[in-house]
Order: sequence, then C-alpha cells, then structure tokens
Amino acid sequence: MKPAGKTAPGTDAQTAPKTAGDGGRARRRLPRVDGLRGRLLVTVVVVALISAVTATALAYRESREAVLKRAQNAAVDDFRSRVEQLVPELDVPTDPRSMARFASKVSSGMRGSLVVVQYRDFTVGSDPSADRTRITPELRVAVRAHTQVSLQRVLYAGKPWLVLGAPVGLGSPSGPGASAHSSGVEIFAVVSLAEEERDTAELVRSVQGGLVPVLLLAAVLALLAARTVLRPVRRLARATRRLATGELSIRVEEKGHDELAELAHTFNETAGTLEHTVGELREQEALARRFVADVSHELRTPLAAMTMVSSVLEEDADQLTPDTAHAARTVSAETAKLARLVDDLIEISRFDARAVSLTVHELDLAEAIRATLAARGWTDQVEADLHPGIRARLDRRRLDVIVANLVGNALRHGAPPVTVTVRAADGWLTLSVADHGPGLPPEAARHVFDRFYKADRARARSEGSGLGMAIALENARLHGGTIEIEPQAPGTGAVFTLRLPLRTDSAS
Amino acid sequence: MPHVLLIEDDMSVRDGMELVLRRHGHEVDAVATGEDGLQLLSRPRGGGIEIAVVDLMLPGIDGFEVCRRIRGRGQLPIIMLTSRGDDLDVVSGLEAGADDYVVKPITGRVLEARIRAALRRAGPVTQTDSDDFAGLVVDRAGLTVTKHGTPVPLPPTELRLLLELSASPGRVFSREQLLDLVWEHDFLGDSRLVDAAVGRLRAKLEDVPAKPRYIQTVRGFGYRFGPL
Repeated sequence: MKPAGKTAPGTDAQTAPKTAGDGGRARRRLPRVDGLRGRLLVTVVVVALISAVTATALAYRESREAVLKRAQNAAVDDFRSRVEQLVPELDVPTDPRSMARFASKVSSGMRGSLVVVQYRDFTVGSDPSADRTRITPELRVAVRAHTQVSLQRVLYAGKPWLVLGAPVGLGSPSGPGASAHSSGVEIFAVVSLAEEERDTAELVRSVQGGLVPVLLLAAVLALLAARTVLRPVRRLARATRRLATGELSIRVEEKGHDELAELAHTFNETAGTLEHTVGELREQEALARRFVADVSHELRTPLAAMTMVSSVLEEDADQLTPDTAHAARTVSAETAKLARLVDDLIEISRFDARAVSLTVHELDLAEAIRATLAARGWTDQVEADLHPGIRARLDRRRLDVIVANLVGNALRHGAPPVTVTVRAADGWLTLSVADHGPGLPPEAARHVFDRFYKADRARARSEGSGLGMAIALENARLHGGTIEIEPQAPGTGAVFTLRLPLRTDSAS
Repeated sequence: MPHVLLIEDDMSVRDGMELVLRRHGHEVDAVATGEDGLQLLSRPRGGGIEIAVVDLMLPGIDGFEVCRRIRGRGQLPIIMLTSRGDDLDVVSGLEAGADDYVVKPITGRVLEARIRAALRRAGPVTQTDSDDFAGLVVDRAGLTVTKHGTPVPLPPTELRLLLELSASPGRVFSREQLLDLVWEHDFLGDSRLVDAAVGRLRAKLEDVPAKPRYIQTVRGFGYRFGPL
C-alpha cells in the first residue's frame, strides 16, 4: 500500500505545477489520439497505470507474505503447544480410538482445524469425513525426515490451506521435534488460511478501487498539462496562418520564461522583421509606381501640345519640300506613338495603384465585338464567328481594350486569316482569337503578358507600346477572368483565349 | 464661323489648340484661367461664343466649377478637356454639366469632330410639332420644354437626347444608338456620356428622379421614353 500511495502523488507532483486554469475547454473537445494532446494523455495514463500496478503488485506480495507468515507462525505455535500438552496422554503403541481422541483434542484447541494422526497403518482424523488429500506425500516425507514441525501451503477446492505435520517424540515431554527417537506417531493439522487470504484480497480490491480515480485524475492532469502547452502552440499556429495571409502586424503574447515563450518571442521578432522589410519594399514599390504615374501625367501636357502642332504639320506636309515633309510626318507619327505609350503607362499604373473600377452594363457581345472591330477598321481583316444572342454584364470599355489588344496582336505578329470566336457556357464566356502565323515559341508564350516584352527583338520598335497584352490581362482579371494561350496545335498559329464570367459585379 | 472659348492653363497646349482651331476656321478666345473665361462669357450675348472647351485642371476655380457656372447661366455646349482619363474625373465633369469630354493628348482632327458634333446638337432640329406628355410639353419647333407651364431650360445635349427619345415613345434605345444619334460618335463611344446626360435630364424633368416616369431604364438594353 505504501509504495502505491507514493506513486500516485508522484504523478501529481510532475504535472501539477504546469496546470493552471480550468479543464473546461479540455473536456469539451475529444482529444485526437494522433495529436499532441492525445499522445500526452495516453502517455500519462499509461505511466500512471504502470506505476500503480507495479506498486500494488509489490505491496500485495509483501503484505500477503507478512500476513501468511504471521498466521503460519501462530498456527505452528498453537500446534506445538497443543501437541506438547496432550502428548503425555497418548500411549505408544496406541490404538485407533485413543488416536481419535487425541486428534479431536488437538483439533478442539486449534479453532476446529482438521487434525490427522497416523500410526503405522492407522490413520485417524478429528473429522472422519474430511478429505485427507490436503496432506501431500512431500509433507509426509518431510515429516519423516525432520523432527521439527514441517509445513506446507496447499490450494484445495480453490482455497488456501496451511498443512502442518510433526512426528510425535517419545519419552520427551517437550513434544514434537524435541524427542530423541521417533514414536512412530505422526500428527498433521490442516488450518484454513481463508481469512488471511480474504484480508489480502481485500487489500487488492481496495487498491483496484483506488486505481480508477487515480487514472482519471492522471487523465485530467494530462489534459490540463496538454492544454497549457497546446494553447500557446495553437495561438502561434493561428498567428502564423494570419501572418501568411498578409496580416504582418500580428503578434503573440510572450508569457513566462519557458521554451514556448521563447518560441513566441522568436515568432514576434520574425513577424516584426518581415513587417519592416515588407513595409520598406511596399514603400519603394509605391514610390516607383507613383514616379511612373507622375512622369506619365507630366508627359501628357507637352504631348498634348505636340500632338496638336504635329497634326498641323502633317496636314501641310504636301506643301513642304520632300525632306521637310518627311520630317513632319515622322514627328507626327512618333508623337502619336509616344502618346499611346503614355496612355498605356498611365493605364497600367492605375492598375498597379488599384485605382481601377468596373462600369458594367448588360450588352450584346456580338454587337460589342463588331463595334470594336469596326472602330479600328479591322472588319475586313478579321473573320468573326460570333454566336448571336450572347448577353453579358461587362465593362464595355475594358472589353474593347482586351479585344482590341488580342486582335491587334494577332494582326501584327500573326498571319491572316485572324478568327474571333465567341461562345458562352456555364456562366462563362469564351472568346478565342486565332491567327495562322508561325505561332509563339515557348519562350515567347511564357513572357507574352510581361510588360514591354517583345517577341521579336529585331522589331523592338513596332507599333505597340509593349504594354497592350499586360493591360489586356489586367482588364480580364478585373472582371474575374483570365487570358490564356492555347497549347499550339500543328498547322495553326497562336490562339489566345479570354475567359470572363458572364456576370461581373460593379465593384472593382 | 463658330466662336470657341478655350480655357487651358498650359501655354503650349493653348497655343497648339488655338492654332488648330483657327486653321479649322474657328474664331478663338483662348484664356488661361476659369475666371478669365467666365468674364468673357459675361459680355453682352456671351461675346458671341458658341462653345466652350474647358480644361479640368485649372489654377483658381477648377474646370468642374467653370462647367457648373456656365450651366448656371445658359445652354452653351461644353467639351471638357481632361489630362487624366480617370473615371472619377470623367464622371464628375459630366455631372457638372459637360456635354462631352476628350482626353489629352488629342489630335486636331478629333477635337474638331467633337466640336462640330456638339454644335450640331445645339443647332436647329428638323421636326416641327409639339407634343404633350402628361404635362411635359416638348416644343420641337421652338426647341423649348415646359413642365406644367413652367419652362425647363435644357442644354443642347440634354435637349437633343429628350427630342430623340420622345420622338418614338415606348421604343427602347441602346446606349450605343443614343451615342450615335445624339453625340454623333462614329467611333466607339462611352456609355458614361449617355448615363450622365440621362441622370441630368431626370433631375430636371422627373418628379421623383429615383423613380423615373418619362425616361425609363430597360435593364440590359438601354432607355426608353414612357410609356406614361
């Protein structure tokens, strides 16, 4: 009992300092066996179980031994004194009747144990009906070999018995074991150990009764311990997730001085550094963007004046000398190109600054695309396969920009015929622009949406600003759509496919 | 020849535009500030000015305010000149009463086309009757609109829009059709012009502009006049 009692508080002592707060939340959720909490719970319960069982087993063995020893000693003393007291009444050689008397006298002094007296071929018991098989041959041999009281513990009918045996000595009043020579009489006593067994069994039962609360307590303590460990871990996990989603100002509480607090501190430091670095990068990026936007805007005013004046020059070119006319036309053309580049730069810097919004209207797609083609004089060069009756809620101006860029690109870099196909299915509209040129080399396909990317370096100074495809993609994304390059099939040119939801919300 | 008031603070742009406009046969009053422009307009009969081209970014009172003050005193067509195509600028300008907008840089040819379209809107309309729509009287000969006997002064674009819509009550016009009919844009137009003009018309004609009776929206298609 003692070691068992020591073990259970020992478990307490290990876990108690870590437990703080109530176990209310711990009980609410079922612990997962594969989780940290489950593992801790199982470990603590198993450790508690092993300690309790080991302690109980040791205590049981010790106490059982002590109880039996005491009972045994008492029985031996009793037996010896009883026999000594009664031996003088026994005459040797003896007859069965006096043997029976002797046996019952010894028995009556020993809480009614079964006493068996043996002399030569006679065996007489205090209870003639009792089964004498409890007196084993080994004991009989031992009794014959020793003058002392021999004893043996046997199990009979599921119950423990103590069997004592001794030769009865002659001419010696000191009784069994002290005689000089054997009288030939052997006396055996069978004593029940049931009461002692009951006592020790009671001990086991009481330990068993205590085991369940101890295990429950261990489980609760394990849950509490897990909670104190897991709560900060869970908080950290949550904070990490939020950090990953871009919430860089997130910090966790640094409580105490343990490893978890250290971890929290490291997390906070990391988040702080990250926030600082990202903040700096964003600031630099914002500055760069603002610079582009400002430069573009500043360019607009001189360009406005130049566009005006150069259009006058161009109109009068016919009346100028050939060289001057060429100069005038070049200035006019380059001014127009510059104006388009500045327009595109302003447009893209607006996307970068997220200062764009959609103005959606319900419109007929076939009609809108025909208008786009007509406005740019492309109707004759482009084959339009426009499914009639497709209506969509889109920003018409932005759709125009996308289609104009895709078709313009196909006309510039591909080869005729250029085909525009529009279909609608499952709430999405699909617009494909295909040409019959050589198609895009893989390198170009990867970068075609990059700003200022020009597939053909030799024609770097082509008509486009180099921003058209990037702007088209931004406009598609603004609608929640995409532009993709179809994998190239042999014999066809590049195929760009625009996918837009048929209904776009007004919000940008 | 049409007489243009040009309000533009940048000297080079102003000179370039003046040059282009004069070459197209316009008489031009070019000024650098909104105050100067408004002063020119305050001469007797507006100094003969038929159309104003107003830059939005001006020192002193800005282009929006200039639009508002011109609208406050008359029906002069206004084209606003914006250096930024930002939606907010365009919408604010249109709401302040501009009839059209052009984004700088612009070629002389486009500016000229826009001016001619705006002037045509202000010119005579070849219909000669007068219609009474439940108290709203549209006099196509006199180009006046009265509501329950009270005159409703309308700038040319709005008047033209009302005339086109009310010529066929119940017919649905798409924004593109209206752009073509009223603004005479033979290039891809901007439906914001139509929406802004409809908004201004409703504010003047309807009893409850949020629940219009005369100019109704047909969702997904456009606008129609009535049915009353």
